[in-house]
Amino acid sequence: VSESALLHNVLLFGRVLRRAGLDVHHGRMIDAIKALDWIGVRARADVRATLRALLVHRHDDLARFDEVFDLFWSAHREPAPGLPLFSLGERARIVATRTPPAAMSVEFEDVSPHQAAVTRGVGAYSAAEVSRTKDFADFTPAELEQARLLLARLPWQLGRRRTRRWTRAAYGGIDLRPVLRRNLTRGGELVDLPQRRRRDRPRPLVLLGDVSGSMERYSRMLLHFVYGVTEGSSRVETFLFSTRLTRVTRNVRTHPVSHLARGVHDWGGGTRIGEALRTFNTQWARRVMRNGPVVIVISDGWDRGDPELLARELARVRRSCRRLIWLNPLLGSATYEPLTRGMQAALQHVDDFLPAHNLASLEQLAEHLRDLRPRHVVRRTT
Amino acid sequence: MRPAETVTVPATVDELQQVLAGQQYIADRGLAVSIYLALRLKRPLFLEGEAGVGKTEVAKVLAAALQTELIRLQCYEGLDVSHAVYEWNYPRQLLEIRLLEAAHAIDRSNAARELFTEAFLIKRPLLRALEKTSERPPVLLIDEIDRADEEFEGYLLELLSDFQVTIPELGTIRAAEPPIVIMTSNRTREVHDALKRRCVYCWIDYPDFDKERRIVSLKVPGASARLAEQVTAFVQELRTADLYKAAGVSETLDWTAALVALDRDVLDADTIEETLGVLLKNQEDIDAVRGERLRTMLSRALTRGTSAT
Repeated sequence: VSESALLHNVLLFGRVLRRAGLDVHHGRMIDAIKALDWIGVRARADVRATLRALLVHRHDDLARFDEVFDLFWSAHREPAPGLPLFSLGERARIVATRTPPAAMSVEFEDVSPHQAAVTRGVGAYSAAEVSRTKDFADFTPAELEQARLLLARLPWQLGRRRTRRWTRAAYGGIDLRPVLRRNLTRGGELVDLPQRRRRDRPRPLVLLGDVSGSMERYSRMLLHFVYGVTEGSSRVETFLFSTRLTRVTRNVRTHPVSHLARGVHDWGGGTRIGEALRTFNTQWARRVMRNGPVVIVISDGWDRGDPELLARELARVRRSCRRLIWLNPLLGSATYEPLTRGMQAALQHVDDFLPAHNLASLEQLAEHLRDLRPRHVVRRTT
Repeated sequence: MRPAETVTVPATVDELQQVLAGQQYIADRGLAVSIYLALRLKRPLFLEGEAGVGKTEVAKVLAAALQTELIRLQCYEGLDVSHAVYEWNYPRQLLEIRLLEAAHAIDRSNAARELFTEAFLIKRPLLRALEKTSERPPVLLIDEIDRADEEFEGYLLELLSDFQVTIPELGTIRAAEPPIVIMTSNRTREVHDALKRRCVYCWIDYPDFDKERRIVSLKVPGASARLAEQVTAFVQELRTADLYKAAGVSETLDWTAALVALDRDVLDADTIEETLGVLLKNQEDIDAVRGERLRTMLSRALTRGTSAT
């Protein structure tokens, strides 16, 4: 391999990686070329290790990197001119997102971001236009859009948590660091005593949304709820589940609501809440349950899995969060009783069990979240 | 002691691997390449992986191999400049003022200069890593960066880009030669991309059977070859079970040491039950494994142990 051909290929490889969705910095390409000069290109494993160490910096990207690497460096040792190399990246991306959902059972009015901004800018919206007590399941598309705007505007606040970091304050405790410097001009007599206290930060939120078949009538509003909450805070983690759990935190930030169903495993399928929670506890909890979050599960509790597993995993979630709230859209109906085995099992482990079937109930939720006190149980406030 | 020139950066990956092996550390090729690149490019090495896969060990071993000092900064939430970089020694300063007063030697214009000198400065790990104290740059281990908060990451980003610290009263301290920086993360949260982008990134996985068996034999010399093999096979089996927290390599080593201390030479179900707490630190996990399941895993492990030889 001649030097310039290698250079060319490495640069091309970087571009393909970028196409495949990896965050490859230009500076790292220069490093990579330098590094390959030292490492040599004879051993394939070394080339892989080198490019991997320099061009990837997220664990989630490693599998995709390997896929692209294999496609790029083995199938086409000398990339033939005219070969649709960029489609390689595309292909890797599709492979990496696994099976796309067979059919998306939710349809969205496709509101472009521009349009949405205009509508929002007018601000001539009043809550009365949408019946606040009408069940989401009976909403027309127009009402849904109005409800979406309202949701985005609700002040979602989860209270604050105290961090370990100090900040200057008018009162609190004495901040030793600046004391001496400030008082030097007084001959070392300590007159002026600056204070400090612990800094507050917004409390993080973890959403676990059920998008199985039985929730179909509510899943549109569920997603709008997710977007509404996420917009107000940088500390929201979102997961969707039916038979399997999918993390969509990044998608929510970068994709419009109509694209979210892509990449969610088994949208509109059966429900195995227990198993989804188990996945959450074993794979994700360590990473997203830091700093005492509020956890909200949104599900109707129609569970086809093992209720004991559900109870066990839910208990575990509760032990590691500040507060565990279960929103059930069915709770809005006066005749509903949480009798399904899943719901029965779950009930003893949740802090709050609240309805989420209309706008009034979501407004109440926002209010409830705003003045959360440490663990005192509220059940069924309607 | 060997002359300084012979302990410079190893010239090839192979050489580095040998040097690490000399310190009883078994690094697979991917890790060795990453370490090598970090040394050559003079960039921080970012090691990510589950707890107990030997991330911290890399820094210790590397410092020993390069015969240089290891400076360690353990991260935690709220870690700030006064604990990471420097702090003034207030009690001594106050005492000094009283002494000067007693001697009627206090002079306001000079007080600041006299009280804010190096004698009153408490140097924390990051500052020490920048100072030139020996021939070779030290290894700076920034451990469990994921435990620190975002504010600290921001500070680190600045420090790692120009390796200098400014102390208002003293001036700027710049590293003559940047330290070898190793950052570790257990990935309890995503560390910001801006920081990771500056580093050579390496994900460390649990070792495979062969590698782990070699580590066990190397680190617990008291264990017989048979025990090392059985222990490794069982732990590998255990990692495939769906548990909240899988056992890391350090747990494997602790467990082997415990078995040796108990004079066991073969694994049996009862012994495992009795010592399971060394391996798994989670009550639910222990309950889930105990009993029949443990016996099945053990028998699978034992057949594997024999087939591997």
